[in-house]
Amino acid sequence: MTGPSSGAGAVTRRPSRLPSPLFVLRKLGSALLMLAFVVVVNFFLFRVLPGDPAKAFAPRGRNADPEALRELRERLGLNDHWTVAFGKYVESVLSGDLGVSFSQHAEVTDVIMERLWPTVLLSGTALVIAAVLGVWLGARAGWRQGSRFDKLSSNAAVTFYSMPEWLLGLVLLVFLNRYGIFPTRGMNDPRSTLPAWLDVLWHMVLPVTVLAVVYVAEYSLIMRSSILDERRADYLTTARAKGLRDDLVMRRHAMPNALLPSMTLFFLSMGFVVAGAITVETVFSWPGLGRLTYDALRGPDIPLLQGLFLVFSAGVIIMNLVADLLMPVLDPRVRAS
Amino acid sequence: MSAPAAASRRRSSPWRAFLRDREGMSGLIVLTLFGLVAIFASLLADPAGLEVTKADGPLAAAPSWDYPLGTDHAGRSVLTMVIHGSQVTLLVGLAATVISMLLGTLIGIASGHFSGLFGGALNRFTEWFLVIPYLPLAIVLATVFPPDVPKLIAVIIVIGVTSWSGTARLVRAQTMAIEARPYLERARALGGGHWHQMSRHVLPNVMPLVLANTTLTVSIAIIAETTLSFLGLGDPLRVSWGRVLDEAYALGAIDRGAWWWVLGPGVAVVLVVRAFNMCGRALERILDPRLEGRS
Repeated sequence: MTGPSSGAGAVTRRPSRLPSPLFVLRKLGSALLMLAFVVVVNFFLFRVLPGDPAKAFAPRGRNADPEALRELRERLGLNDHWTVAFGKYVESVLSGDLGVSFSQHAEVTDVIMERLWPTVLLSGTALVIAAVLGVWLGARAGWRQGSRFDKLSSNAAVTFYSMPEWLLGLVLLVFLNRYGIFPTRGMNDPRSTLPAWLDVLWHMVLPVTVLAVVYVAEYSLIMRSSILDERRADYLTTARAKGLRDDLVMRRHAMPNALLPSMTLFFLSMGFVVAGAITVETVFSWPGLGRLTYDALRGPDIPLLQGLFLVFSAGVIIMNLVADLLMPVLDPRVRAS
Repeated sequence: MSAPAAASRRRSSPWRAFLRDREGMSGLIVLTLFGLVAIFASLLADPAGLEVTKADGPLAAAPSWDYPLGTDHAGRSVLTMVIHGSQVTLLVGLAATVISMLLGTLIGIASGHFSGLFGGALNRFTEWFLVIPYLPLAIVLATVFPPDVPKLIAVIIVIGVTSWSGTARLVRAQTMAIEARPYLERARALGGGHWHQMSRHVLPNVMPLVLANTTLTVSIAIIAETTLSFLGLGDPLRVSWGRVLDEAYALGAIDRGAWWWVLGPGVAVVLVVRAFNMCGRALERILDPRLEGRS
């Protein structure tokens, strides 16, 4: 599964550290293809909505006034043949027009842009913390496989890994709420006397903790199994034979090699990061895209849900593309394969 | 003769290895317990206790002798809800896994077996499902699902359709490894058709892998079920662990500090998911000798 790790003896044919233009083009093309398919799914899924799709897109659903419905039907292209309608849809998506959200009374694009940064801030912080902690914990556990540290951390990791993120958030809230130490809702407090950035930071403590704990669980398990793959490699015996301290053998030799296959898996787990963001933002009323999804479900606000699905998918596809392009630069084994 | 004997020996040894595996066995014991609870739910707790109108307990009360896991906002016993909720949660988890495994095995074998345009297209399709975040996709699918389909079935299908890609990728890799072996060349040379090759030669060889993967998929499906219920996309007429947690969140467990309301169903979810994970890890260890020497 870690693929290229078996190609240790492979000869690197290309001396350049940069991936070839052909490789970049291929990856870029496949990312664009995936994105295109998201757009197709978005169009057709919501077109097969039962009954009159226009009613699902209208603010007051079945009681919408006929004039507005007619206009909406025109806008959605429901009077046209689906090929024409699809063309129109693609055109508007490409020009950044994702329709109008009736629950937010605004353009979907504007609503999403406004809520994007809180999500990036929250998930990004949690991810960075989780990656650093997860790599460190996983490496230590794998290096001393079977030690008490390994047993304890692996057990904890499997337990948290078995827990939906929001459940951990709910448990924390139900125990901590009465003490009122950390804020439990939202991103800032207008009554706060703290400087604005500190107030936001203060509000981030609980949701970031929850997300980081669950992500650490996943990342440490990945890193642990990656270190286990490396542990018996010959170059480590060589390093030890040179008289290097065990600690240095791990940090300087085993970890860099184990880190690279882990990184691929980190990027591949972006889908779970999105799931975590949606549910944890919901629990903590964090004003990002996740909470927006939950609110959009109440309607359901179909145009907004469509837009959110597109943005979440695009985010994950871009992260995967970055990983695909970055790996050969960082890891010569990928370049060789 | 000797061939069936050898086969049965091969078949019985993983089972014995599983019996010796402490992690796997503890997982299995937990799962058996929860399975029994789900089957005999009505004997263990009166289903009348699920109805808000018939509840007679104290409102949102902490655990006591009469209500070992406390009560909710309407005075229903949380224990009764956890016992009956196990039915829906386990049913949805298992049924969705069956769909997911069928799709994953079918698409995985086909995309590994057929080269050219068809296999390539299937592989692209699998990759798309691997990359697209499952929760937004599940939310979208659940929203547009025809309303005349019972919600329970809808949730099962949505989870099944969003969770097969990992299995398909695994099965595809295994299929390609098997197809490179000489006995498939022999089958092809003897004129075996695609269906014959796939069903008689590839399928039996990927089955162990699929089975080990099944237990891991169940745990993913159960997490998905509770998550969708928590977001209000589950069956509103049936009690499941996810719905109890959704109600606890929406109806003020946090403001009341009613930890028992969250802890009962929450611990049940974690126990079951973890037990499935433990069984899955044990099976992987037994069926994949490369992993030998790992805990």
